Amino acid sequence: MAEFGKPDVVEEEVDILIIGGGMAACGTGYEIGPWLDAAKAQGVDIKVKLVDKAAMDRSGAVAQGLSAINTYIGSEQDPADYTRMVSNDLMGITRDDLAYDLGRHVDESVHLFEEWGLPIWKTDENGERHDGSKGMTPLKDGGKPVRSGKWQIMINGESYKWIVAEAAKKALGTDRIEERVFIVKLVNDKNDKNRIAGAVGFSTRDHKLFVYKCKAALLVAGGCVNIFRPRSVGEGQGRAWYPVWNAGSTYAMAAEVGAELTMMENRFVPTRFKDGYGPVGAWFLLFKSQATNAFGEVYMVRNKDMLEDYPPYGLAKVPASCLRNHLMLKEMREGRGPIWMDTVTALANLRETLSPREVKHLEAEAWEDFLDMCIGQCGIWAGENIEPEKKNSELMPTEPYLLGSHSGCCGIWASGPTDVGAPTSEEHAEKDKIPSHLPEGWNWGYRGMTTVQGLFTAGDGVGASGHKFSSGSHAEGRMCAKSMVKFVMDNKDWKPELDTDVDTLMEEIYRPVRNYLEHKDYTTAIDVNPHYITPRMLQFRLQKIMDEYVAGVATYYTTNEHMLALAEQKLEMLKEDALKMRAKDLHELLRAWENYHRILTAEAHMKHIQFREESRYPGFYYRMDKNFVDEENWHCFVNSVYDKTTKTWTCFKRAHKDLVDKSKLFK
Amino acid sequence: MPTFVRTDKCDGCKGQDKTACMYICPHDLMKLDKDGSETGHAMKSYNQEPEQCWECYSCIKICPQNAIEARPYADIVPLGASVQPLRGTDSIMWTIKFRNGTMKRFKFPIRTTPEGSIDPYGGKPAADINKIAENRFFVEANGYRIGDPSELIAK
Repeated sequence: MAEFGKPDVVEEEVDILIIGGGMAACGTGYEIGPWLDAAKAQGVDIKVKLVDKAAMDRSGAVAQGLSAINTYIGSEQDPADYTRMVSNDLMGITRDDLAYDLGRHVDESVHLFEEWGLPIWKTDENGERHDGSKGMTPLKDGGKPVRSGKWQIMINGESYKWIVAEAAKKALGTDRIEERVFIVKLVNDKNDKNRIAGAVGFSTRDHKLFVYKCKAALLVAGGCVNIFRPRSVGEGQGRAWYPVWNAGSTYAMAAEVGAELTMMENRFVPTRFKDGYGPVGAWFLLFKSQATNAFGEVYMVRNKDMLEDYPPYGLAKVPASCLRNHLMLKEMREGRGPIWMDTVTALANLRETLSPREVKHLEAEAWEDFLDMCIGQCGIWAGENIEPEKKNSELMPTEPYLLGSHSGCCGIWASGPTDVGAPTSEEHAEKDKIPSHLPEGWNWGYRGMTTVQGLFTAGDGVGASGHKFSSGSHAEGRMCAKSMVKFVMDNKDWKPELDTDVDTLMEEIYRPVRNYLEHKDYTTAIDVNPHYITPRMLQFRLQKIMDEYVAGVATYYTTNEHMLALAEQKLEMLKEDALKMRAKDLHELLRAWENYHRILTAEAHMKHIQFREESRYPGFYYRMDKNFVDEENWHCFVNSVYDKTTKTWTCFKRAHKDLVDKSKLFK
Repeated sequence: MPTFVRTDKCDGCKGQDKTACMYICPHDLMKLDKDGSETGHAMKSYNQEPEQCWECYSCIKICPQNAIEARPYADIVPLGASVQPLRGTDSIMWTIKFRNGTMKRFKFPIRTTPEGSIDPYGGKPAADINKIAENRFFVEANGYRIGDPSELIAK
């Protein structure tokens, strides 16, 4: 009989393992079905399993819903325009091949969402907007979306994830889905250390350890939240901007099996409505609102000269996101806060041109923007008696987040398309410093594959791209479905063998349980015990280190090489102490492993910032000892690999290349 | 706004092993207190880690008894407000109560097809194995954007 810490072992051999249940995983789950049938017709019967630590209906970053789809190219724009936007917003260092490929595919997924039942707002022939329930012409037949920006379209997205998950779940079938199982570790192949052979995790409901062997795995477990001390440290710490359950599992598990990471120095510090972190996009783009300092001065106007310090990225029509923060932070640092979103003026201006019916609709739109994706912000408005037409709201830059699908580009180095002119070799001064086992160029056989054979990623997992959002993550997951099927067909006679035996894996995974059971009776209060540390306290320690030394909110996002050196020492000790985390139940075991993943992700972030001797993202972080953008030496990718045996990182440069003409942004 | 469960409404999903809120919470927060040893309320669920609540409202929306509500974060928000949904099959109704008593009600569509009606591959073509290494997906939905080839300057 299984009991806490002594689980039953469930061993299963599959061909393709999908780790995660968010938008990317749902994309894979949907696209893969017909390719499995096609492979079967060729005599290759492929077994697939999707494993999600939550329930697919509401897992991942879209769990709560969304009020917009942020990436929809439309028939009137070119994937190259999208590629330019992604590049400029991320200060020039992105993979054009990945962005371009996403740009040409993404609308296919959006059209499916609409077919499945997602209400998408439309504009009629008179230019009036209608919500998505009115049965107007679908996008795929030429229906006109309501653009809240050049790339964004408005939706009634409360059930966005529910709908996308329904399609994926039906496509896969329940036998191929395991929910409430948290994969915590990937396992390399015994005979090829640069190859994936399986993954292991545990049920958060039953005493069961799951050991999977696989030929290919898709690692799509989201970005990373709560490695920095959040601005709200009490009950409010759960109200992170990005979902609090994104624990860096994607980056940490990939790093541990040797996958090359990229741009882990990048972070996103969104400026959002203070405390609730409600979205500002619709306010800026749809309602044409402006953000001001305490004196009503628009900081983007007042400080616009500062954009000229960062050519060319500050000179585009829409300056890079980090630079917009940079201009705002000047106001805050110099004591001209608080920063306001001037909702009162924006709505008053709109009233002048709209009919009373449209005004009523407008008010509903403003509230729906929050209710669809950030309900907590409504709670704050209601609690503080804020009606946006009568009272302005404060804005605030958040604590830093690490992600690859939103306005960030950290992640895993992934194989791109072969038909867009991407480099196939390394041509730069420091190419000898790239570890020799890693591939040259930007594509190595299978779209979406990492540098570890058989390990694929999408969504937040793919680095050096960004701005894919919900729809792009789904499309990227679909690309991986195809390439994983091909990979398995090409390797159909290969048998995975785990490089670690099951007993050793079990011992490692349940170590926090053992720590607890062995020592719990040493003290009277179970949370204070010299023999173990609670996951909660360990997380606080991580957040304090990152906040105070690695450019969190405590230092207005500044650091330097000396502070980073201290962070390095403190993180090393924290990593050692992570082995002493305790778990008093399965829920705490979940938290323990999430925090282990957070530590590795945080360490990667710190190492990359240390390696990149410039401040590439002013407004997101500043290395005050290198407070400039150095195009000559650092217009390149910073990549890294982790050695799980020595527990050390190796950082190196890879050359950047433009595949589309960026100068068009400035004409 | 961590969620809380009302003792007068929660029925523990009628003695099933797992409640709807446990099923749905993306962060594994909701827990059924089977014997009342943790809350004093046997066979009712509770939020075991309120400071980790993202306020995604998944549990509130799914609860068959409407037993779950949210109380805005005590460390941030003045008392007295509430934001409560009633999620149907095609729309969601929101009732927002301000601290000063102002009430607002909104209704928004949530989907245009009946729940559970998606036929993922109905009317869709089979995949062509010869195209597995090419661009595009198994099905075309008129959304593939062929870019201007002259934009690709490195080709």
